[in-house]
Amino acid sequence: MNGEWLQTGGAVEPLKQTPETVRAAGAYSFKNERKSVMNRLMPVLLMLCASVSIITTVGIVYTLVSETVLFFREVPIVEFLTGTRWSPLFEPRAFGILPLLAGTLLITIIACVVAMPIGLASAVYLSEYAPRRVRNIIKPILEVLAGVPTIVYGYFALSFMTPIVRAIFPETGIFNALSAGIVVGIMIIPMVTSLSEDAMNAVPKSLRDGAYALGATKFESALKIVLPAALSGIVASFVLAFSRAVGETMIVTVAAGATPNLTFNPLESIQTMTAYIVQVSLGDTQRGSIEYGSIFAVGMALFIITFLLNSIAQYVARKFREEY
Amino acid sequence: MSISMPMPASAATPARTARTLIEIDRLNLYYGDFHALKNVSLDIPERAVTAFIGPSGCGKSTLLRSLNRMNDLIPGTRIEGRIAIAGTDIYSPEVDVETLRKKVGMVFQQPNPFPKSIYDNVAYGPRLHGIRKKSRLDEIVESSLKAAALWDEVKDHLKRSALSLSGGQQQRLCIARALAVEPDILLMDEATSALDPISTLKIEELVQQLKDRYTIVMVTHNMHQAARVSNQTVFFLNGEVVESADTEQLFAGPSDSRTEDYISGRFG
Amino acid sequence: MNLLQGGNRHQIARRRKIDFCLHLLFAAATSVGVIALCALLIDIIIDGISRLQPGLFENFPSRRAERAGMKSAIVGSMYMLCIMLPISFVLGVGAAIWLEEYAGKNRFTRLIQLNISTLAGVPSIVYGILGLTLFVRLLMLQRSLLAGALTMTILVLPIIIVSAQEALRAVPKSRRDASYALGANRWQTVSRAVLPSALPGILTGVILAMSRAIGETAPLIMIGALTYVAFLPKHMLDQFTVMPIQIYNWLSRPQPEFHELAAAGIIVLLAMLLLMNFAAILLRNKFSKIS
Repeated sequence: MNGEWLQTGGAVEPLKQTPETVRAAGAYSFKNERKSVMNRLMPVLLMLCASVSIITTVGIVYTLVSETVLFFREVPIVEFLTGTRWSPLFEPRAFGILPLLAGTLLITIIACVVAMPIGLASAVYLSEYAPRRVRNIIKPILEVLAGVPTIVYGYFALSFMTPIVRAIFPETGIFNALSAGIVVGIMIIPMVTSLSEDAMNAVPKSLRDGAYALGATKFESALKIVLPAALSGIVASFVLAFSRAVGETMIVTVAAGATPNLTFNPLESIQTMTAYIVQVSLGDTQRGSIEYGSIFAVGMALFIITFLLNSIAQYVARKFREEY
Repeated sequence: MSISMPMPASAATPARTARTLIEIDRLNLYYGDFHALKNVSLDIPERAVTAFIGPSGCGKSTLLRSLNRMNDLIPGTRIEGRIAIAGTDIYSPEVDVETLRKKVGMVFQQPNPFPKSIYDNVAYGPRLHGIRKKSRLDEIVESSLKAAALWDEVKDHLKRSALSLSGGQQQRLCIARALAVEPDILLMDEATSALDPISTLKIEELVQQLKDRYTIVMVTHNMHQAARVSNQTVFFLNGEVVESADTEQLFAGPSDSRTEDYISGRFG
Repeated sequence: MNLLQGGNRHQIARRRKIDFCLHLLFAAATSVGVIALCALLIDIIIDGISRLQPGLFENFPSRRAERAGMKSAIVGSMYMLCIMLPISFVLGVGAAIWLEEYAGKNRFTRLIQLNISTLAGVPSIVYGILGLTLFVRLLMLQRSLLAGALTMTILVLPIIIVSAQEALRAVPKSRRDASYALGANRWQTVSRAVLPSALPGILTGVILAMSRAIGETAPLIMIGALTYVAFLPKHMLDQFTVMPIQIYNWLSRPQPEFHELAAAGIIVLLAMLLLMNFAAILLRNKFSKIS
């Protein structure tokens, strides 16, 4: 049979196994000779490091809740949530958060109107059209754009965008929602682009090939195949970018003004929740005063809104991952 | 008539006697719900080469990794039965896994040197176990590299990165690294399957030299290799030991028809 | 039948035209980001270059623009980095090691993981509120350098943890196996086989986190980093200011010469960020060369 090609060839001498077994308890006891303290200690220390994140969250929630509860003893929660006037520093005082909420929403909507179409179109371009060489140039530029500090964007809004806006709409004041909103939009473009592009790149190439094989153009394959398949990833990127715009502070502090204003006119000066918190903490606020309490109440509202948005984004993104 | 017959190999070299070093007794191993090893009983001889053969997924690597408890690292692994080395149950609570692994070295399918220098790769193990003295480490590095037949090729550039070596050299470096902690048993998990034929040959020759000092257990995909280098061969199928015998005997006259089908290339 | 003379030839030409137009449109959209970055840089350089003089680095802040500088802010930013770098490195990398190398796949681990990604999305100003209550008031660190550094540490931790986890995950399992098979215990494997391989990736993440911290303004305004610090902090409990706050202060004044100072300050800040990013890229390249 296989003798020829399975020749053992005599290189290996035959072995005669004896029924005897090696018994050498000393040499093969496998007792630990050296106990390692580090090995026992490190997991505990490392877990403490990891628990810092839990402590942080607990700290944030506890701080916000405890001070907010004190605030609501003086200002009824219904007034806070439904009042249409926010005037915490001047008499007659009023603590209705709606003007701040409206300001925040206005900025966010302007930002999204700028960032979502541009970000998504860039993502389509980068994932479907761009040659590798162009991608390798554009991607780092977007990374740089994402790494620019927000105070720098604030400067840009005030010294570059505002003059342009005022040249087009001469009645606009120096501080206005539009130029701040546009610049917030520019700030979140890289976020929309890179997250959407990741989602599109995760679409299997075979799906695209299928579309091309049927004679589809690039655009048709992108619109009818890639975008629907990557939809939840794109939606998640939109929601995250929205949340980021809600929490943006310095651009709006510098360029959008400090007038709580229940308006949706983008040419007016407004105040966002974040800008209000900065405004109060720049002043000399006494601890325990009602203004001091108000920054926690506003901070709480901000935290809840961004938390909900981020949770939605995570939920949508997780559903997306299950599809492949 | 007897004169014209070619002398059988067994007559050319005197037979060696070998005692059993590793006893495996009714071993069952589960990965979660998957029953990977079924009631395996096996004796592995001391200072000899034992080869595990069988098709992919037959459990041969799993059994090998049970011998130095590398399976402990895979979550969801459950084990029943007994593996004893020189009479000591290696799964008993008083056994220290790290000490066990020091005594039972392992070489993997893909050469996996650390991205450090050649010297630091070999010295990694001794340093783990508390050897700090430079002169002692130098000695160990030299003797281990010599034992792995690599010394002459690398002795002039021990500080060079291990990743600059060829695949075959890297694998011999991994063998040297395993030998540096002075094991008694050396496990080789398809250690040549990623190498070219010449490198494979060198490692097979090395195994022949090493078996006088070490008990070697190797998993191989390649029946020819088992036939060339092992003393004992064990054939696995679907997590069971089908046949375990003297290599020459197993290849010349397998007692089980499934073994015969496998070694004659009908499946696997 | 001749394929090229099909009745839908007209339609094909139209579809091609649409595809071409959209290609242009998408490319144009992509260039918006590039153009914005260029506009931003040019705007700032034009405004600030004339103020980029030695005085900017040598002088303390002043009411008179021609004598104002950001010496205390630059030094304050540096000191803050020096304090937060070791703390955030140890805490962040430690947490990442625990999550990747030690933690089992259980509820507690998932909770921590979820918690970290939640923290990464919390607006920075909320960290300011936490810093104000916890460090400034509760631990009575006052408006000090230490309080600022600790607040920023908490802020950048999620970034460091996530990037360090990625770096650890990228270390091949075979490297861990090699170490365990030589009789290494878990800590030995982590510290001698895994960490050295992951270190360049970890450092890249840490540098990016530091560049985030150095440009962050809002939380430090919250904890009351002062804008008018005419001295260098002598110890960790001294008052301090940092570059972005100095820039904000100049920017919030109406006089145009202070805006020029702000632009000059931004040039310094961006130059520093560029330097840090360059270091991160060098590390990344070195990393891809090794493994």
